[in-house]
Amino acid sequence: MGLTITEKILANASHKSEVTAGNVAIVDVDIVMAHDSTAPLAIEAFYEIGGKIFDPNKIVVVFDHFFPPPNIEAAKLHQKVRNFVAKHEIKNFFTDGVCHQILVERFVSPGSVVVGADSHTCTEGALGAFSTGLGSTDIAAAMATGKCWFKIPESLRFNLSGSPRKGVYAKDVILNIIGHVGADGATYKAAEFTGDYVNNANVSSRLTLCNMAVEIGAKNGIIEADEKTANYLGREGNIFKSDEDAVYEEEYEIEVDRIDPQVACPPTVDNVKPVASVEGKTVDQAFIGTCTNGRLEDIEIAVKVLRGKRIADRVRLLVVPASTKVYLDAFRMGYIQEIIKAGGIICNPGCGPCVGRHEGVLAEGETCISTQNRNFSGRMGSPKAEIYLASPATVAASALAGKIVDPRGYL
Amino acid sequence: MRVWKFGDDVNTDLITPGRYTITTDQEKLGKIAFIEHRPEFAKEVKAGDVIVAGKNFGCGSSREHAPLAIKAAGVRAVVAKSFARIFFRNATNIGLPLLVCKEVEKIDDGDLVEINFETGQIHDKTKNITLQAEPLPKFIQKIVEKGGFINYLRSEGYI
Repeated sequence: MGLTITEKILANASHKSEVTAGNVAIVDVDIVMAHDSTAPLAIEAFYEIGGKIFDPNKIVVVFDHFFPPPNIEAAKLHQKVRNFVAKHEIKNFFTDGVCHQILVERFVSPGSVVVGADSHTCTEGALGAFSTGLGSTDIAAAMATGKCWFKIPESLRFNLSGSPRKGVYAKDVILNIIGHVGADGATYKAAEFTGDYVNNANVSSRLTLCNMAVEIGAKNGIIEADEKTANYLGREGNIFKSDEDAVYEEEYEIEVDRIDPQVACPPTVDNVKPVASVEGKTVDQAFIGTCTNGRLEDIEIAVKVLRGKRIADRVRLLVVPASTKVYLDAFRMGYIQEIIKAGGIICNPGCGPCVGRHEGVLAEGETCISTQNRNFSGRMGSPKAEIYLASPATVAASALAGKIVDPRGYL
Repeated sequence: MRVWKFGDDVNTDLITPGRYTITTDQEKLGKIAFIEHRPEFAKEVKAGDVIVAGKNFGCGSSREHAPLAIKAAGVRAVVAKSFARIFFRNATNIGLPLLVCKEVEKIDDGDLVEINFETGQIHDKTKNITLQAEPLPKFIQKIVEKGGFINYLRSEGYI
């Protein structure tokens, strides 16, 4: 019986020739990540466990969820984490991007096992790694032991075929999948993305697909690494591929060429509709960024829409590059300048307003269209504000129009 | 044990909005449980009360603040049709017992229930019915019995 890529990576990391879905394995981890929002609780749990960090070089700490600190409470938590980082000589400490983008740019290699105290740690699976989100206690235990327990997940295969229509991007594809499968359609499972659409997609688009695997409840999203991955990363890693006779609990065939631009309507991520069906809804804020869509390729798409135009007076357009590298690249390409000329505001690399703690908080009755991954009530501010999720093209076009629009008229 | 009934897909932003979780203080967290989704909850919940919910309880963020807030508010256990994966791990790790029961529709808000954690039987005293929760995997059962993951690691000699 063949094995999936997820089973092979977990077998390798638990020093077994093979593993069976449903069984529990103790796995060696290669990277343990925590950010400013989850590290404080992890630090408390770590001190409760006692002892030393198993390998400081394998710990990555990122300030992204509320950096620079917007209030005293936040500053105090940062202080607590900074003290921990200094005391344990953790060199991999960053304040210049979203944790997942930092991991992608500097740390993750194909075949590795990544655990992060952030639910969107499934993003990094797009590089052919096993990468999953955990809570602070699990992360503290991993920091202390270098190990983690996992129930080997059953795999679901999403086979994506065809070429996307004009104005359709990876975000539209994954939203479409989420709409079909539902918010718990893949709970506890591995979501493996395959097919010629995935093979042809750039790494940035693959990261967008895997980023939202958790929005269908998946343990991890995963895509086999290839030459594109190696070129993007500039490092090789350990390539695992699913066997032809690998066992999948379910297989979905998705014809990408039939998908129109999508939008997830409030208040759940699986409330997905074609953009056309909500056209005309006025927007107060448009946000391009996050671990879902804050990369150079996303900013490039937005700039194609914004170039030479001016956003609607009523809209505040926020653009938050996912990392300093993305920021500098976008600057070099002239994208940042074009966004500013179009009336956009650039904020420092990080999570931006995605979690509602700073940089664009919503008032009661306001509407935001965003490239982020969650639209839950109260996420970006008032529980009486509304959040729509869409691609960078749709968000940029909506910023110009002052209302939700199909981006195809703007490309 | 009074039942606080919730619907499907109760996400971590509804349990503990991110704007309120810039803290590790458990007492503070107990006061913000469902602060915007159900503002009366934290004020009226009594030690030993139970949350009963639909499918996919705890979906969303990995923030451990969510189960910590529920536990700190005094909730004895959460019974749901299903749980989101990270919430399930987090609650187990901090010693908040979770029970999976497909018949939660039979229980209403305000019912009085008694739970036998050994057998997984949920007795609704208001309706005089007994529901059966699904048994937890043995490995998980052990963590719950020890009151959380760190206690479990210690008792097994891992730390």
